[in-house]
Amino acid sequence: MASAEEVAEEAERRDIRDRWLLSAPALIIIFLAATGPLLIVVIYSFLTPGPYGDVVWKFSTDGWLSVVMQRDIFDDTLVFADAHLSIFWRSAKLSFMTTIFTLLFGFPTAYFIATRPTRQRNVWLFLITIPFWTNLLIRTFAIQEVIRNEGIVNTVLIKLGIISQPIQMMFTDFALMVGMTYVYLPLMVLPLYASLEKIDFRLVEAGYDLYANRFQVLRRVIVPLVKPGIIAGSILVFIPALGAYVTPRVLGGTKNMMLGNLIELQFGQGRNWPLGSALSLSLMAIVMVALLFYVRSAGRQGGAHG
Amino acid sequence: MPEQPGKSAIEVRGVRKVFGTGESQVAALDTISVSIRENEFFTLLGPSGCGKTTLLRLIAGFDFPSAGEILLHGQDIAPLPPFKRPVNTVFQNYALFPHMTVAENIGFGLEMLGKPKADVKARVAEMLKLVKMEALSGRRTSQISGGQQQRVALARALAPQPKVLLLDEPLSALDFKLRKDMQIELKRLQHETGITFIFVTHDQEEALTMSDRIAVMSSGKILQVGTPWDIYDKPAERFVADFIGETNFLTAAISGMANGKARATLKSGATIDATVAEGFQPKDNATVVVRPEHAKLTSSKGDLSGTVENIVYFGTDTHIHVRLDSSEAFTVRQQNTRSAGCGFERGDKVGISIGNDAAQVLRD
Repeated sequence: MASAEEVAEEAERRDIRDRWLLSAPALIIIFLAATGPLLIVVIYSFLTPGPYGDVVWKFSTDGWLSVVMQRDIFDDTLVFADAHLSIFWRSAKLSFMTTIFTLLFGFPTAYFIATRPTRQRNVWLFLITIPFWTNLLIRTFAIQEVIRNEGIVNTVLIKLGIISQPIQMMFTDFALMVGMTYVYLPLMVLPLYASLEKIDFRLVEAGYDLYANRFQVLRRVIVPLVKPGIIAGSILVFIPALGAYVTPRVLGGTKNMMLGNLIELQFGQGRNWPLGSALSLSLMAIVMVALLFYVRSAGRQGGAHG
Repeated sequence: MPEQPGKSAIEVRGVRKVFGTGESQVAALDTISVSIRENEFFTLLGPSGCGKTTLLRLIAGFDFPSAGEILLHGQDIAPLPPFKRPVNTVFQNYALFPHMTVAENIGFGLEMLGKPKADVKARVAEMLKLVKMEALSGRRTSQISGGQQQRVALARALAPQPKVLLLDEPLSALDFKLRKDMQIELKRLQHETGITFIFVTHDQEEALTMSDRIAVMSSGKILQVGTPWDIYDKPAERFVADFIGETNFLTAAISGMANGKARATLKSGATIDATVAEGFQPKDNATVVVRPEHAKLTSSKGDLSGTVENIVYFGTDTHIHVRLDSSEAFTVRQQNTRSAGCGFERGDKVGISIGNDAAQVLRD
């Protein structure tokens, strides 16, 4: 007869086995869905482009090479693909600026919501999420309607006699920044609010009491306390902004391309799927570096508060 | 006694504070005037909701009065923001900055005042020594105990050498033993720094043991200001007498007032001498209070007579609850000795004698 100890051990083993068996279907689907397409992208990046899109099953590193280099069409020498590099740089720059602008607009918004009475806060948060109800494309076209040459802003300014010629806003970096900031603002506000809401506002009073003026209280008390929210919000905005596609396409036009548009181009008119795949993977690499930075600084934060 | 205007650290003149609007308007402070002297340990005592914390917040500058003025050494500070007032606060839950070390917390105020780094460092070291926290200066505030946080909060508020230190129930989060230690510690700090302390508490014992003077507050009003001795022995109103310590209330007819004393004829027919509260308006019937330890139980006939209802032993003393013949309740506190019991039993017919200096006539 089995001892009580053996029975307990057997029961525990069975418990663990059952848990794995029961979650296996979900785990398999998640694993395949996550790694399958990615694997295809990795394989495609090492193949040769076909003449009408698609790929020819012939190994080639040209896809990766053309991310940063391009072959001169006359003498086959390799030169830096400054067109690609400038789009990378542009994307990083615009995403960074989007992050800064959403932070500048999002912080006061989140602060305002966090300092409302508890019952009002949910209403304000609800209002913040309303734009999500409409399709991104439609919202972007709505912005276009506001800032285009015959749009609301220019029409009003001309009617008022302030300007005689419409101001060109469409297809500029300004248009792009307006659109991107608008689209990603909620992603900044929500984590900032989550951090601000947890602040004990007596600390703010303590700051005032100890001769810190409003700016000093913000810089020395509030900002350090909401740092986790600032980092989380920045990551949430920066990453999707880096791969933004719709907003730059509609508001930025073809001159002001971003990485997302460049990748799309390779799978469309460019007919260079290996290059598109390599560009996608490069974008992913940048995102991972950014995330690594986030995890490390968040870890430091947690350790410091121990 | 008349105040000398120049000698008061804080002078509150006709201050009113109203919260809310329209129908839901609540007067947290109802036209209060009080003068707090320099180098004084002044306590605002009252139950929660009496307005004591509101008054403290007005002095600190976190809220602004709806009417009236607050003078600090003769200068009206009511319109100034908190960071422009030479007044610091020790918060109820300390409100230490969690992202700074103990030393950084203490140095914060000095840093904000723009003091040179070396001065800040020296002053922080001095404050750490004063509150005996030198060993923990590099710790985060989350890594120290409640009592230690209390010391850091004190050091942080004292470091910029404020003219007045405000303390908002700073001991309420501590356990009994630690609270006793901190009471002594606070008195020592007040003595060593010579700073005016304004201390808010709902604990009457804490107020009696620590304060130079106490203001008893209720429903947005200050009922009485005086030394602990005044407040305890010469309460002006029923609320004050009831809130501080235990007491007996008797109805009496008042006759013949002279030199702050009156003849009070009790329901039992006995007539006693009683001191009269300030602001007493002559009237026929008034309330007389007698502290339980100021009355004496006798087996012969005294000023009052009644039956022993209950006897409660407290270690140091015994409380004997008597039902008077006039059906009023009366408690006598009797010091215990080792050898004998209290000498009375439940159901005994007893007399109570009230000394000539034991009774006080209330003004309400």
